Amino acid sequence: MMSLAQLEIQIIASLVAVACSLVGVFLILRRMAMMSDAISHTVLLGIVLAFFVTKSITSPLLLIGAALMGVLTVSLVELLNRTQLVREDTSIGLVFPALFSIAVILISRFAGDVHIDNDAVLLGELAFAPFNRVKLFGLDFGPEAYYSSGGILILNLLFVILFYKELKLATFDSALAATLGFAPTLIHYALMTLVSLTAVGSFNAVGSILVVAFMVAPPSAAYLLTDKLSRMILYSALIGIFSAVSGYWLANILDASIAGSMATMTGASFLTVYLFAPERGLFAQAKRRQNQRIEFALTMLTMHIANHTAAQEAELENEVVHLNEHLKWSPQFAMQIVGIAERMDLIQQKEGLLTLTEHGLKRANQEFNA
Amino acid sequence: MEIQQLLYDLFFDYTLRTVALGSAILGIVSGALGSFAVLRKQSLLGDAISHAALPGIVLAFLITRSREPIVLILGALIAGWVATLFMLSIIRTTRIKDDSALGLVLSVFFGFGLMLLTFTQKLPDATQAGLDKFLFGQAATLLQRDVITMGIIGAIALLLLSAFWKEFKLITFDPEYAGSLGFPVRFLDVLLTTLLVIAIVLGLQTVGVVLMSAMIVAPAAAARQWTNHLNKMVVLGGLFGAIAGVSGTLISGSAEKLPTGPVIVLCMSIIVFFSMLIAPNRGLIWNWFRTQRNRKLLRIQAVLADLHTLALQHPNEERGHPIATLRSMNAHPEFVSLILNQLKEQGLVQELSKNAWALTQAGLAEAEQTFKKEA
Repeated sequence: MMSLAQLEIQIIASLVAVACSLVGVFLILRRMAMMSDAISHTVLLGIVLAFFVTKSITSPLLLIGAALMGVLTVSLVELLNRTQLVREDTSIGLVFPALFSIAVILISRFAGDVHIDNDAVLLGELAFAPFNRVKLFGLDFGPEAYYSSGGILILNLLFVILFYKELKLATFDSALAATLGFAPTLIHYALMTLVSLTAVGSFNAVGSILVVAFMVAPPSAAYLLTDKLSRMILYSALIGIFSAVSGYWLANILDASIAGSMATMTGASFLTVYLFAPERGLFAQAKRRQNQRIEFALTMLTMHIANHTAAQEAELENEVVHLNEHLKWSPQFAMQIVGIAERMDLIQQKEGLLTLTEHGLKRANQEFNA
Repeated sequence: MEIQQLLYDLFFDYTLRTVALGSAILGIVSGALGSFAVLRKQSLLGDAISHAALPGIVLAFLITRSREPIVLILGALIAGWVATLFMLSIIRTTRIKDDSALGLVLSVFFGFGLMLLTFTQKLPDATQAGLDKFLFGQAATLLQRDVITMGIIGAIALLLLSAFWKEFKLITFDPEYAGSLGFPVRFLDVLLTTLLVIAIVLGLQTVGVVLMSAMIVAPAAAARQWTNHLNKMVVLGGLFGAIAGVSGTLISGSAEKLPTGPVIVLCMSIIVFFSMLIAPNRGLIWNWFRTQRNRKLLRIQAVLADLHTLALQHPNEERGHPIATLRSMNAHPEFVSLILNQLKEQGLVQELSKNAWALTQAGLAEAEQTFKKEA
């Protein structure tokens, strides 16, 4: 039987998953997935600095400080890019470890006995989320994380709905968006602010690594399932929820980290899609290649026979055993193709000699005339 | 006094000496191999690999029940390798871009490692203690034999790097050409990536997962500013890495509660910052001066060109033109009189009478010389 706390944890994780999916889809379409990694680390510095100002670990200023730091990270990366001294991926790799290092040093020097530590931020402690409750007038209004994660989810949802057209245009054709006056830079920074807010609001509950997993893995899986932006958002939200819930139970069974198990399940979901996606999955690709190979071989066979029916050499050329010599087919492959061709009524076999049916002749001629 | 004490400790204090030596080895190896990663546009690969190594470390422990560094390093190596191959196969077979593949592999492998780690920690025997130092790195826990292991593995990696130097250079800058010459590009690619994985795994215990990526990217990015030669860049990268490693160790040893890994990374960041500022030719300051000089040259040429145009329009008369005319022709009228005086000093322009300016013979020749090229 599921306890209330267990249900609450799954609901919180699902809220986070959907909030992350909403911004994650745009991150991966805009080729900025690694920015989520950078931001989810540097917001720690924002939290620490805001904590020094407010001296309180629950102040909403922490959220603002973190969001500002996220935007600062993006700006610093862009500033470095603009010097043209390093490439974009290098600037990401330079900026976020530096800011993260400052945060870690500040924490270990000045905030040793307060409850911010790197472990909690990186790894999250979802199991404790149900214990921080909102209580008003003696009534229990559920865990605090409902409101923080739910609020961020609503914010992201509003942003995506209100600016759907702008986001779409800025993502797929930024030049056109700029020409039409849609201010892609503004959209870009708004999106990055939301990524930071989502990272902060979520990692209290789930840790920064899970934020990255939720922002990248479900949208990537959804990207392999559809070509339509709205569907991609929907699928990625569903995959996110599935990973959150199944990850929770995996953690329950193994008695292991909840965030780690959920990240593992986002990976498992992606792997499943990567293998079995109807059009873009590995198996579908292999099947398509196999079909193309057979189709091509059938055409080759009909053309080969058609080429040699008239001549005397028909006897030499058109025997199954000779196909491996003339078409460079292995005996097994030749048998397989001849079998398929017979079943498709392209050829017929008489005493080991192959001749084209009417149908097969048509196919060969079609190819000759093409 | 304090510095002397610190230097004394560096050579005679066991812990400090061990840690400094370990950090120096790490800096040299990651700086050298990082140069290739940065040039091959794989800066963030280090980030992904260092995260992906975690499940390998835990699995290696789970299977062997041993905490020998060499076993854990081997586990990390295999996991980092699997992650890299997985990433490359995603990029090759789907339309998912490299940044998403990196983020995906990084977070999922790390999450998986975390799950395994917490699972292991709840097993009855408590010998797993210390595995989590790989998360954040605890340089202070380095033992002499850890450093010896690091030294041997690092030396092998650098030896391989120099053995395949020419080949690696070729596949870094022109893989197609390398292929057309018959080099086994795929094999070399895997070998170079493996060496990078080795460098990363070496550093996990010292600086931890998150900061290891900086040790790959930063020394190389700093070295790149100073030179256009691969061999100089690799040597400089190793040198910068070693300097950051040792100075970071010293600084963190000089005060309480200064974790070594982050301090090393900050030292490295400072080196990068100054390299980007002051490196000759590429540095920002150098660049700024060059821009200023070019701008000034262009302004002078503009006035020269205007005078030349005026001279062509009035071919048969020796006459001067007032500053107002020249100002109206110029995009920056405020500089015109200043420039005229400079040109006069150079003997290219003369003031025929008051406020009547014209080219001298030398100025005419100079103008024809300059603007003929453009025509």
